[in-house]
Amino acid sequence: MTPSLRRIGAMVLRHLYILRGSWPRVLEMAYWPAVNMVVWGFTSQFFMQHSTWVAQAAGVLIGAVILWDVMFRGNLGVSLSFMEEMWSRNLGHLSVSPLRPHELVAAMLTMSLIRTMIGVVPAAVLAIPLYGFSIFDLGLPLVAFWANLMMTGWAIGLGVSALVLRFGLGAESLAWVMVFAVAPLACIYYPVSALPAWLQTVAWALPPAHVFEGMRAVMFGDGLDPALLVGAFALNGLYILGTAALFLRTHHVARERGLLLTQGE
Amino acid sequence: MDHPAIPPAIQVDDLRKCFGPVVAVDGVSFTVARGSVTALLGGNGAGKTTTISMLLGLLLPTSGTVRVLGEDMVAHRYRVLPRVNFSSPYVELPLRLTVAENLTVYGHLYGIPDVKGRIRTLADELELTAYLDRASGRLSAGQKTRLGLAKALLNQPELLLLDEPTASLDPDTADWVRGYFENYRRRTGATILLASHNMQEVERMCDHVLMMKAGKVVDRGAPSDLIDRYGRATLEEVFLDIARDRRRAGEEAAQ
Repeated sequence: MTPSLRRIGAMVLRHLYILRGSWPRVLEMAYWPAVNMVVWGFTSQFFMQHSTWVAQAAGVLIGAVILWDVMFRGNLGVSLSFMEEMWSRNLGHLSVSPLRPHELVAAMLTMSLIRTMIGVVPAAVLAIPLYGFSIFDLGLPLVAFWANLMMTGWAIGLGVSALVLRFGLGAESLAWVMVFAVAPLACIYYPVSALPAWLQTVAWALPPAHVFEGMRAVMFGDGLDPALLVGAFALNGLYILGTAALFLRTHHVARERGLLLTQGE
Repeated sequence: MDHPAIPPAIQVDDLRKCFGPVVAVDGVSFTVARGSVTALLGGNGAGKTTTISMLLGLLLPTSGTVRVLGEDMVAHRYRVLPRVNFSSPYVELPLRLTVAENLTVYGHLYGIPDVKGRIRTLADELELTAYLDRASGRLSAGQKTRLGLAKALLNQPELLLLDEPTASLDPDTADWVRGYFENYRRRTGATILLASHNMQEVERMCDHVLMMKAGKVVDRGAPSDLIDRYGRATLEEVFLDIARDRRRAGEEAAQ
């Protein structure tokens, strides 16, 4: 194992120790996506009988809520992992260790993936016996949808982490605010065409709109337009590069302003 | 055959740090010899923590240079960080992790070959074996200090920076900690730079003292030398002379 991978592994281990030491945290991670899925499952069943649009594709709302949680948990996985270091006033020690900022970012992304799997997979599995809906039936496109939504979550999480590093823990609520700010334009439960024309342009600039549009196309049997995936991956690449650069730049500014030792609760 | 000269442990030249209009460190220059124990002294706001932060690369200087173990800390800090460590009672380790978990994480971050073995050795030396499975947040102040020390010694650092290493410790534990550092230095030849407000501690442990005030190094020398020059009985009296702008006793007598 290279020294860099070992340091990333050490940071992942640090967060796994926290999870291992607190089963309520692990339970909570799985709890909210499951509750969300159950609520939308019943809503979906109701609409199946009263909406021709929903009736055309059983599980379109449940699928949407499960995939939305991928993005939501992906964001929280990054931002909470970073804020954990600030809450525990551990940034000072980490910053004088051989851990590089980009290795810290890599560890945060890895933890985000782990936390998202813990949160979302049980809800996805639970939907099968409860509503006879398996998101895994989406097949290969599911991998692309999941990857894209994770990447959007990472981009938001890195942006939030940068702002928290710059402005302190007073900005921690941004972890929730930012992702919900994206939600209306992500077109999770409705097609992009439902938005006013001028907002549609904004929505298409966001990768989740491409993903949810693609998910509906597959579920309605229209097949997946590869352009949607290409667009989503391209936009995600831009956003991830931009927010990773913002995080690394903010880390540099924190070294100029002496924030690495003073941040904390 | 000529050997390349071994650079000093720390070499600071004309170091300056400004936070907006506030000058926290104002053109400081000093050298710390390898294997020495040096104290950075000064009142609150003198610039000690800012200087230590720049030595560690946590803070970027406005101007001037910092070389640690021969490496420039702005350009090449990652070359030297595996050979340096730091301990401060004001920078905690994650409280929810156990002692062993904290040390394991940092052992891997520092690339220690046998992490478990090193933790066993340090736990034994620092009397932490009984607490390895205890959450760090449930340790007493003395135990937390020993944990911080264990973390700082994981990589057997060539240079150890200590920020008030015995603050908030009872006299017995503080004495034990000082003895441990003295022994560590003798055993390994490591260099130690410490910031402290405990003048007895500095007199006992340090070969050299840097007195800071208002961001500048205003005096320096061996503790006994400073005491002689100021005509005082203790280093604490010298500290008070400097802090309160009193002149040296000899100069006062001459006037």
